Amino acid sequence: MTLADFANFSNYAVASATVVLALAAIAYLAEWGFSRQVSPVEVAAPRELVAADGSVIAGDQLPALPERSQVAGRIGTSLTVLSWGILLTGVIARGFAAQRVPWGNMYEFACAAILVVLSAYLVMVKVWKIEWLGAVVAAFGVVVLGLSMLVYVPAGPLVPALHSYWLVIHVASAMVAGSGFLVGAAASAFYLVKSRAERNTPAAERTSYIWRLPSSAAMDRLAFRVHAFSFPVWTFAALISGPIWAQYAWGRYWGWDPKEVWAFITWVIYAGYLHARVTAGWKGKAAAIIALVGFVSFIFNFVGVNLFVGGLHSYAK
Amino acid sequence: MVPRLRNGDLMTSSRPGGPAPALGAREFGRWTWRQLTSMRTALMLLLLLALAAIPGSLYPQRGVDPQKVETYFLMHPTSAPILDKIGLFAVYSSPWFSAIYLLLMVSLVGCIIPRVGVYARALRGRPPKAPRNFARLPASATFETDASVDAVMVAGRRVLGRARIDVVGGEFRAEKGYLREAGNLVFHICLVIVLVGVAAGSLWGYRGAAIVAEGSGFSNSLTQYDEFNSGALFNAADMPPFSLALEDFSAKFQLEGPQRGSPRHFEATGNFTERPGADEKPFKIEVNHPLEIDGTSIFLVGQGYAPVIKVIDAEGTVAFNDAVPFLPRDATYTSTGVVKVPDAGPEQLGFQGFFLPTAVAVGGKAPISAFPAAANPLLGLFAFHGELGLDDGLPQSVYVLDKEKLTQYQTKDGKPFRLSLSPGRTADLPGGGSVEFVGLRQFTKLQFSSTPILQVPLWGISLGVLGLMLSLSIRPRRTWIRARREGSRTVVEVAALDRVSRDGLPTDLDDFVFRLQAALVSSPETPARPKDDL
Ligand code: HEM
Repeated sequence: MTLADFANFSNYAVASATVVLALAAIAYLAEWGFSRQVSPVEVAAPRELVAADGSVIAGDQLPALPERSQVAGRIGTSLTVLSWGILLTGVIARGFAAQRVPWGNMYEFACAAILVVLSAYLVMVKVWKIEWLGAVVAAFGVVVLGLSMLVYVPAGPLVPALHSYWLVIHVASAMVAGSGFLVGAAASAFYLVKSRAERNTPAAERTSYIWRLPSSAAMDRLAFRVHAFSFPVWTFAALISGPIWAQYAWGRYWGWDPKEVWAFITWVIYAGYLHARVTAGWKGKAAAIIALVGFVSFIFNFVGVNLFVGGLHSYAK
Repeated sequence: MVPRLRNGDLMTSSRPGGPAPALGAREFGRWTWRQLTSMRTALMLLLLLALAAIPGSLYPQRGVDPQKVETYFLMHPTSAPILDKIGLFAVYSSPWFSAIYLLLMVSLVGCIIPRVGVYARALRGRPPKAPRNFARLPASATFETDASVDAVMVAGRRVLGRARIDVVGGEFRAEKGYLREAGNLVFHICLVIVLVGVAAGSLWGYRGAAIVAEGSGFSNSLTQYDEFNSGALFNAADMPPFSLALEDFSAKFQLEGPQRGSPRHFEATGNFTERPGADEKPFKIEVNHPLEIDGTSIFLVGQGYAPVIKVIDAEGTVAFNDAVPFLPRDATYTSTGVVKVPDAGPEQLGFQGFFLPTAVAVGGKAPISAFPAAANPLLGLFAFHGELGLDDGLPQSVYVLDKEKLTQYQTKDGKPFRLSLSPGRTADLPGGGSVEFVGLRQFTKLQFSSTPILQVPLWGISLGVLGLMLSLSIRPRRTWIRARREGSRTVVEVAALDRVSRDGLPTDLDDFVFRLQAALVSSPETPARPKDDL
């Protein structure tokens, strides 16, 4: 295969992965939809239950979903696995086409980031059974892959400032941290909805899909777990490998460039989240909102700063 | 009740938000201190810090890009001075931003010191007594066995593994996970170290940039810099006295494909000496590969063209003969520049114009640059005569021509007179004399920076992350076992409490009880999983 063949193959693969992921999102949404049509189920008391084999990390005995709904959910997960595989080949082919790591500009970054997001999601499905976040994760992936077409550039080598293995490490760790932040933000959003419902919904009316999800307490714990993983990784990406690269490239490890400013803001907000979780009056709702704000700032850093603000990093467009 | 000793308690106990006691200065001071070091204040200050950092990314910053600030002033003449007053063009050194992070630092130190004390005592302390009522704890279980009370205690020790354990009568007390608080303290202490390191680096450090053309040199003193910033405690006399000469600069660009014209490789080579009189040594600087001389790092941050221009004045003398850097304005290196000839007679001369590395003229229009490399160099200059205004005493930029006392040369039909030169060509000036485009050199923009104790923030933050990982992953847990004989059987109660509540505690206890029963092999009964009474 020539470099151009690799580049073409990569484009087709990314496009197919996007379509498959869109189908996965639809399947996950169908899982919600089908579960609405059944009569009220008896819902586990708010008290936590533990499965005998200890496998349910959420600590809840979830009422079983109706058959059709379960099938839709399984299809969703299978399609996500398929999309992940196609995207993986697409990203690797892009690397061959450009003859370097495939995250040198915004388009490649979006593809690679979604690949990492899907990997993280699938791992967490395996260990923590977080299929209930599937619709959010798949929809997010579709939107990002779709928007990445707007910033498409043909495969090619990097400008000299990006020739650094610190860049590889920096970007890779930022993507890993970001995947955790996405799952954390989704779990926090669900937590807000669910804890509100738990306060306001009488037991007899607890019939919709949301009552088949883990308890709000379990959602909160999941959110904490992924943030507790992502925060140190983000610290490494934003405050260690980033500054080391900046020191080599520009002679200063920190220069308050807009990208650096937003990396710092994101970091401080997540530090605030970890504090809020242990501060009286801030646990729960306020902490979850802070986590969501943190994710908005994280996303803004990758989209808003590149497109609207500019600065030294914007040549990575 | 359980002797709960949550880490946050120390900080939350002050009940911020409660009424301020109407007391004397001492009490007021204490009260203020407790407020400042409360967990809630720390959180507020963190969120405030995030908020305060935002404007710095929206408005141009002096420390980042001073030219952009000037442009902003030109475009918004009324609002800019007001914004400037409140520090929006230097957010990160503004009083309000500094106030927030200084308060945060004080709060942090005020937080760390008592916690180190508490932790030191906790390290010497023993695991607390078992609470009376196990059912009240988040996880507990009961089972019966034939083994003796002592055997249960021994088995407990074996099954629990590494932990601090006391056995008092029939009561087994264990605590593990002391490293969590250690990690948390290390992380917070490291934040202080990083801040001190960063502050010291910027107080004693300096950073500057200079444009050096091929064939020219640079020696490290203030006058040689085009831009220079230094910390408050920096002393120019301490600058290392090195000098360097740039021999060759090479730039490679993508020749084909969709990214045609993108930069590919830049490299500057030459010689340097560490101090006057020392041996010359060769150097090579590439992007991302700076040169280090005596604590100063030298980086390649830009490049462009410097046509060598020779001016002969109306009196026939060579008034100017030097390489003049033209600053690139776009990706094809369309560059602009200015030549000032103060030595020309009878009048001073000034030129302003552009340089195109690969000039292409399409359809009779003005030529444009098609490629960043110098394939078809073209120099275009407008000429002025009169006074350059260099003696006014005001500092002048070498890239701007002050036209106040200059007159532009015109052609006979009243259009501005323009010189268009390729290398080696000469053109005559309307008022006598000539301009020659002798040859083409390249220049490079070098950035010089010295940041003392650069390693301190790096090691600080790295150690801090390790502490953070300990802190976020270790679960301090207390485990109690109470065993008593009832007839021929031993009733065993087990309970556990996480000091930081996380999930999985009931499952873990379940598992612990299972292994405890398995360890009591002397029991004739096969160990069964405990009933789910959790
Ligand atoms: C420079 C600002 C600060 C940052 C970036 C920061 C960051 C963090 C982070 C990321 C954690 C989570 C790690 C863990 O749970 O062990 C944490 C925990 C903690 N921080 Fe801070 N912190 C700051 C200032 C403070 C201050 C001023 C206080 C004192 C009030 C404080 C007290 C605590 C305490 C007590 C915990 C442990 C919470 C727990 O028990 O889980 N921090 N901090």
